[in-house]
Amino acid sequence: MRASRPTSRTGRLMVSPAVLMLFVWMIVPLAMTVYFSTQYYNLLYPGKTSFVGLENFAYFFTYPSFFTSVINTLLLVGSVLAITVVFGVLISVLVDAPFPGQGIVRMLLISPFFIMPTVSALVWKNLLMNPVSGFFAWLSVSLGMTPVNWFSDWPLLSIILIVAWEWLPFAILIFITSLQSMNQEQKDAAQMDGANAFAVFRYLTLPHLARPIAVVVMVESIFLLNIFAEIFTTTSGGPGDATTNLPFLIFTQALLEFDVGAASAGGLVAVVLANIVAYFLIRLIGKSLTEA
Amino acid sequence: MKRLDHVRIAALGLGLLLGTSSAHAQTFLTIGTVNNGDMVRMQTLAKAYEAKHPDVRLNWVVLDENTLRQRLTTDITTSGGQFDVVTIGAYEAPMWGRQNWLTELKNLPASYEVEDLMPNVRKQLSVEGRLYAVPFYSEGSITYYRTDLFAAKQLTMPAEPTWEDIRGFAEKLHEPARGIYGICLRGKAGWGENMALVTTMVNAFGGRWFDEHWEPEIDSPEWHKAVNFYVDLLSKFGPPGPSSNGFNENLALFNSGKCGMWVDASVAGAFVTDRTQSQVPDKAGFAKAPRQVTAKGSSWLWTWALSIPASSRKQQAALDFILWATSKEYGQLVAERYGISAMPPGTRLSTYANQAYLSATPFAEVTQEAILTADPTSPSIKPVPYVGVQFATIPEFQAVASLVGRQISGALAGNSRVDKILHTSQGAVRRTMKRAGYYDKK
Repeated sequence: MRASRPTSRTGRLMVSPAVLMLFVWMIVPLAMTVYFSTQYYNLLYPGKTSFVGLENFAYFFTYPSFFTSVINTLLLVGSVLAITVVFGVLISVLVDAPFPGQGIVRMLLISPFFIMPTVSALVWKNLLMNPVSGFFAWLSVSLGMTPVNWFSDWPLLSIILIVAWEWLPFAILIFITSLQSMNQEQKDAAQMDGANAFAVFRYLTLPHLARPIAVVVMVESIFLLNIFAEIFTTTSGGPGDATTNLPFLIFTQALLEFDVGAASAGGLVAVVLANIVAYFLIRLIGKSLTEA
Repeated sequence: MKRLDHVRIAALGLGLLLGTSSAHAQTFLTIGTVNNGDMVRMQTLAKAYEAKHPDVRLNWVVLDENTLRQRLTTDITTSGGQFDVVTIGAYEAPMWGRQNWLTELKNLPASYEVEDLMPNVRKQLSVEGRLYAVPFYSEGSITYYRTDLFAAKQLTMPAEPTWEDIRGFAEKLHEPARGIYGICLRGKAGWGENMALVTTMVNAFGGRWFDEHWEPEIDSPEWHKAVNFYVDLLSKFGPPGPSSNGFNENLALFNSGKCGMWVDASVAGAFVTDRTQSQVPDKAGFAKAPRQVTAKGSSWLWTWALSIPASSRKQQAALDFILWATSKEYGQLVAERYGISAMPPGTRLSTYANQAYLSATPFAEVTQEAILTADPTSPSIKPVPYVGVQFATIPEFQAVASLVGRQISGALAGNSRVDKILHTSQGAVRRTMKRAGYYDKK
């Protein structure tokens, strides 16, 4: 049933204000960022604003922390994705079979997702990972070990743990939901044919989860590229550049150095990087989405 | 007919508006300040001010130093006009005054006794003799040490220790098993955190930030010696995880009896001797900030001051408030409520002429000396093109010192070698300065 030509034209006409509105809403900030990225514009030097071409980009790319921050961004996204997908699948398979208190356990598993990033970062920083008064320190002291100095000895790992803790519930939520739609008869049939639990997991559950895994990886990587609050509240990008990712680097340019030009250039670099990541993700994962 | 209605309604609305505003002609002052102990106290005591000025309502924005600076800088540079009173330091006052972002403070009433403000401090807040801010409190850096631990090990702290002396003491005092660390120093990255201390160390080792042509000297032998000394000292005899300790963290460590020595702002004197917050109130000793090859620039000079942005539309009320908060009368009020040693230190000559204050505060003398001897125009034994002991009063300094501070805190955490990061920093600093056009002028 295709709409006839005149109807589709009217339809297009009707949605055009909304499309135009959305377009303006998107293009104005982007255009301003592009404009500022070609200016030497430091808030502290109001009189010195001038056109500098691509100097801001050159400045941003050769900033001593730039390379480290790209690596950190990729490490952060990659490890959190790996942790959330692997543990997400294992945990959801574990709580899929009915057992008493299943509802409560599932709710508890999902709840960390609804805590604000700043709050969970503070909880981890002060109540859990603090080397003097934190829970982990208490635990290791009572086991006769020296407490780990999380944020100075393992800064990036600490951030990865916090962020993974926040996003694991999201993965579990998706996987649990998807597991409920799995064909029980097929599973029973496989078991009657002599397949053990591992074989069922390997040949039935995992293929069934391929699609939700793709969704989790896509959605999470979009959000994980922008992790900021957790870093800001715990390590402020340090020690050194150990936990500086791209958003944090841009923040330091804009708000610690008041260099609007370089920060705009950095913002555009981040947009391009996000698009590259998204392009490869969609090519890689989009296939599995359309296949099924 | 319809038109008339509109006019009538508009008139009625205007009348109501004017009527209500004249009924309570209240002035709301928005004050941005730092969450340091003395300012929090000011917020409490300001109730007395509001009681005397029923037409003024104070609206406080209390933030930590870095966040406050971001908020104030973006507001003032873009003429946002959100704040009527701002708390700024010796770094911002002359720079922003020169840009006409602040209101010049002139024709102050005689009762304020502007001549009573310490000349050294007043100079930091002025541009060519024009005053742009009034000091709330002021500080030098001094050495704190535990007299009981020194006595137990039969050590004596000289009045003017060298960094070499400090290292020797730290080695003897360091007993982590008993929860006592030889020395606590700032390690948290930031131009107002670790770099304040590191810069005074560099000065003491004979170094400087820039030469006369604005070429950075971070790769110089003096910097290498000073920063290597600092990293070695703090990682061997300091508390665990020093790269996350700033002023407040070190104060908490010292107050809970965990530091043998501590080199930091003199303003902490009032806190370490305060029985309500310190576990070692009568065991704290005070000496000058450590020197090394020179004493020049080995103690910093900093002032927290109140000022009025030019964009504020409540200039008169704001002026009245800042004069009250920095007056002798306010000092008396603090003394009555919190004890005489809690008076805002380092701003008024009369405070240090007051015998009652001097005998109640063991740190008064060393504080006064630290402030009076620090010379922002000549912080190093070598000539410098900038003004400021532990900073340079140029807009680029925040960027430059934040960057170097981050690198040094990384070296402190053991992520990279000092010599390497100083070399990288040198290049990065030169780049920023070049970009800002420092080398085009010749």
